[in-house]
Amino acid sequence: MAIKVLHHGLATTVQDLGRPGYFHLGIPVGGAMDRYAMRAANLLVGNDEGAAGLEAVFIGPKLEFTEDALVAVTGADMPAKVDGVAQPGWTAFEVKAGQTLTFDFLKSGARICIAVSGGIDVPEALGSRSTYPIGALGGFNGRPLAAGDELPVGSGSLASEGKSVPEAMRRKPGMPAELRVLPGLYWHRVTEQSQENFFADEWKVANEADRMGYRFKGGRKLDFVEREQPFGAGSDPSNIVDSCYPYGSIQVPGGTEPIILHRDAVSGGGYFMVGTVISADMDLIGQLQPHTPTRFVKVTMEEALAARGDRRAALTRLREALA
Amino acid sequence: MTTRYSFGGDEHLFVECSEEMSLEAFFKSLSMAKGVRESGIKGVTEICPANASFQIKFDPDIIHPDDVLKEVKAIEGAAAKAEPVLKTRIVEIPVFYNDPWTHETLMRFRERHQDPTGTDLDYGARINGYGSVDDFVGAHSGSPWFVSMVGFVAGLPFMYQMVERQRQIQVPKYLRPRTDTPRLTVGHGGCFGCIYSVRGAGGYQMFGITPMPIFDPTQTTSYLRDFMVFFRPGDIVKFKPIDRDAYDQAVEDVDKGLFAPPIREVTFDLREYQKDIDGTNAKLEGVLHGH
Repeated sequence: MAIKVLHHGLATTVQDLGRPGYFHLGIPVGGAMDRYAMRAANLLVGNDEGAAGLEAVFIGPKLEFTEDALVAVTGADMPAKVDGVAQPGWTAFEVKAGQTLTFDFLKSGARICIAVSGGIDVPEALGSRSTYPIGALGGFNGRPLAAGDELPVGSGSLASEGKSVPEAMRRKPGMPAELRVLPGLYWHRVTEQSQENFFADEWKVANEADRMGYRFKGGRKLDFVEREQPFGAGSDPSNIVDSCYPYGSIQVPGGTEPIILHRDAVSGGGYFMVGTVISADMDLIGQLQPHTPTRFVKVTMEEALAARGDRRAALTRLREALA
Repeated sequence: MTTRYSFGGDEHLFVECSEEMSLEAFFKSLSMAKGVRESGIKGVTEICPANASFQIKFDPDIIHPDDVLKEVKAIEGAAAKAEPVLKTRIVEIPVFYNDPWTHETLMRFRERHQDPTGTDLDYGARINGYGSVDDFVGAHSGSPWFVSMVGFVAGLPFMYQMVERQRQIQVPKYLRPRTDTPRLTVGHGGCFGCIYSVRGAGGYQMFGITPMPIFDPTQTTSYLRDFMVFFRPGDIVKFKPIDRDAYDQAVEDVDKGLFAPPIREVTFDLREYQKDIDGTNAKLEGVLHGH
């Protein structure tokens, strides 16, 4: 069983739930930007949640199937078509041998997850099939898909055709998008006024938004508390002695444009960070398009943990709904 | 040195051993990170040492963040009492300084540089008070470096030179980052040296290139078969200047699987180093060359 890539879309990569354990060597966890959507897609087609699927951003790929398979598309609203016939999102549908899967224009969100029964069966690298393109590691030959590629697919069953995630369980960012942030790390480096402004201002997703990080524009510039720069930090007040960067951490080079690091994050560097997006909201970031108005919402650790608990409960309900 | 703790969201604890860089701060962070690893705190999934800080990733479904904090703070005291002795390895890395590839790249991005009239080596030599590029290269390759962090991208070492603070080479990063850097470029930014493990964007000044791959996801390079990343925090590096012929020979050797970087086991004692830096460095170099 294989899938022939007729067109790669914009940037389509093989992703699973990531490759934890190597961040101390600069190799990020990677994996689907929208983990909930990837888990849902896999459950819909009868796979393990951690099976490898495809993640496509903004434009879907064109894929020809060599054998019958069950497919589900979740995440962004980008309608799938089988030989030109529209298919519902968040629902398992069959693609027969010789048929071609294409996609309509993106209506909302940014990234789709495509799961195929049996999973994309590329070899594991460091315990994961996720693609880390900078390191040419994992996925299909360590890179995004290209026309002419043939993706190996594991063996699955067609048992669950028609299964669907209930509408209320399909998670989407609001408008404006709200991302909950726990202030910390080098938060003390900016003035109280700038701390207030950061959460009061409306930001917009910039064009530089990818799997490594999402940049935001439009809020007021942050002012720094004056200090003599520590040895080794560099002369700009936004510089620090190079440290690790948490996933979801928000660095603001020069105090102007916040950047949230995501699944393919660089593991460290010399810019100060104001805080970190909480784990419950990481999935939402991958569904933000450029120019999306976004607010950062200040939360406490207890609120972050409660939100995490809510997401865990939502995942349990999803598993029950698709069991 | 006051240790500062802060949470990075609900999954990370950030521990800053010192705001400023020093070998003492690096040792403290390495020693605390080791202590955390050995204590096997339930729910801690990753420990990432950095130059003067480190980061812990944990699963808050298994352990409450406050409990991670409590356990790590308890380790701080023990780490402070630990002997500042490190069993590690020293490796010699050949460097072709002023090579044509980084030269071509730095010329291509000249308008992003502080001094568009010269090269990165000219600039580094001048602002660090060296009379010539040769003297500057002599300082860069004359004393060893500690790998104080591995990261940014896969397998990239940050390195801190083992000399007194007044002899530390310091340069700013490019005014605007380049969109391209040759693979295996030897760079420098702030007080840190680095080797770019892969081709890509970068902001560090470029001084030369090494023929020795340090990251190989295919694991076909002879000395990277066991693991794709060469460096570990705590490694000691000594650069050896080489010319074009030696560079070409080394590249050929790498391709044929014959290249073997000189590596020796060493024990480094911070107290001994603090008493006599040049003497300690000379001893390390002696071990490297088999005396």
